[in-house]
Amino acid sequence: MSIIEVNQLTKYYGKSRGIVDVSFNIEQGEIFGFIGPNGAGKSTTIRLLLSLIHPSSGSARVFGKDVTTQGPEIRSDIGYLPSEIFYYEGMKVNDLLKYSASFYKKDCSERSRELSEIMELDLNRRISDLSLGNKKKVGIVQGLQHSPSLLFLDEPTSGLDPLMQRKFFDLVRAENTRGVTVFFSSHILGEVQRLCTRVAIIREGKIVEVSDIRSLQKNNYKKISLTGSQLNVDEFGLPGATNIRAENGTLNFFFRGDINTVLEKISALKITDLTIEEPTLEEIFMHYYE
Amino acid sequence: MSANIFNFEFRSRLRSVLIWSLALTGIIFFCFSIFQTFAAQAALMNELLAKFPPALLEAFGMNKIDMSTVLGFYAFVFTFIQLCLAIQAGNYGFGLVSIEENEMTADFLLSKPVSRTQLLTSKLLAALSSLAVTELVVWVVSFAVITIFRDSYEYQSGTLVLLLVSMLFLQLFFMSVGLVISLLVKRVRSITPYSLGLSFGAYVLAAFSGVFGEVKLEYITPFKHLDPAAIVQNAAYNTPLLILNIAITVVALASSYWIYLRRDIPVVS
Repeated sequence: MSIIEVNQLTKYYGKSRGIVDVSFNIEQGEIFGFIGPNGAGKSTTIRLLLSLIHPSSGSARVFGKDVTTQGPEIRSDIGYLPSEIFYYEGMKVNDLLKYSASFYKKDCSERSRELSEIMELDLNRRISDLSLGNKKKVGIVQGLQHSPSLLFLDEPTSGLDPLMQRKFFDLVRAENTRGVTVFFSSHILGEVQRLCTRVAIIREGKIVEVSDIRSLQKNNYKKISLTGSQLNVDEFGLPGATNIRAENGTLNFFFRGDINTVLEKISALKITDLTIEEPTLEEIFMHYYE
Repeated sequence: MSANIFNFEFRSRLRSVLIWSLALTGIIFFCFSIFQTFAAQAALMNELLAKFPPALLEAFGMNKIDMSTVLGFYAFVFTFIQLCLAIQAGNYGFGLVSIEENEMTADFLLSKPVSRTQLLTSKLLAALSSLAVTELVVWVVSFAVITIFRDSYEYQSGTLVLLLVSMLFLQLFFMSVGLVISLLVKRVRSITPYSLGLSFGAYVLAAFSGVFGEVKLEYITPFKHLDPAAIVQNAAYNTPLLILNIAITVVALASSYWIYLRRDIPVVS
């Protein structure tokens, strides 16, 4: 049984587009990446699944239950980390976590303490005094402390420093090995590739591709730039290279295919500098789907 | 109804309840403390009042009441109590879900395993309890103040009870109407202008009742439904108006539930 089944889900806010005809399934134990630029409909999808908003048409089921009619039952086993975190400002961290825990029919104090320790969260501070990163930590503990079997993470790493990001990823992986299914929304391709097994790409409210992370990587473009004195655009006839541009002795292009072929080609050239990097998501969207 | 939401909501209003209670206590105490002086010179006062334009007297409900009696004077004070209670109830009604949505904590609450009906019911009951505490203070202070300052003047405690019970209808009205308006408008950014507008609007509508001629606009305002001067004068509620008041409240509450259950919670912007 799929943990999440989304079937032609559509949401319009008045006339403006939220998501259109979105369909995908998430299986038990997956870390499912949901990737797209800002405004593509990632949060809309998550909010629909949590029944914070209601679909214009289509349907979605979580744990086999309909999101519009069985919301409370579904949400009893869900952890949600919103992209932007706002909590009752006057409260202390500890009180907020206790309030959050009081909604679930289990004792969360042990797990809460554990998580706070891992994330180095100071429980006695007021929420209003917390930095963005620290608020995010509160969100993480809040979303995980009741040991839910499905996690919704909406751009979870924004505001976290790299060290905390790594701890957080380890945490998510550990949860996953316990059998927890993870819905991971992000606009950073790199972190999705590090963590996820399968990924859906959403653009302008529509799913453009759902694929295995490996096949996506195989198909993935690299952004390569070479600097050298004798580089010639016309001579650089390499299958798989697109969008070749030369400026001030630097040759920029996107490459898709076996990376060895391009390395062989480059090794024959006389260059002074070379970078090979991940294209930004915008660049992928511009070139991947041409 | 979920107890944790109720407790949380009730506690978050404790400070507000305290402030309103203190303010009301002050108003009742200071206004009523001049009653004896007032009653002793009632003849003089009535003479003075006779010189006022009738429209003004009507606006303040002073044409119907005899301020030299305990309840006549109390009814006059009660007009201000009503106004305060209306603002308080309006604040709670307008803020019931809109504060949560403005401060983006609605996401937190609604991603918990509670239904929206449970949520709204818990919130309403918590706000109602806060209002009830304030009313209880008014009850105690009113009886105390009248006992202290009435001197040898007599009054009917039954009529006083009618006045005090009417607070509940008044506050329920403003809370429910405030709630439904907050759900109907696109977004309530700040609740105070709304609740002040609603309360003073309703007050002015009652004060200038009759000004609109054939259009009986005043029938929609609780200050008319529960006009203290009329209650004291008749020693009874005006039953049709009271029923109208309750009907509007019920419709506002029912529509609030209907809208809230279908509502899209706005996103962070």
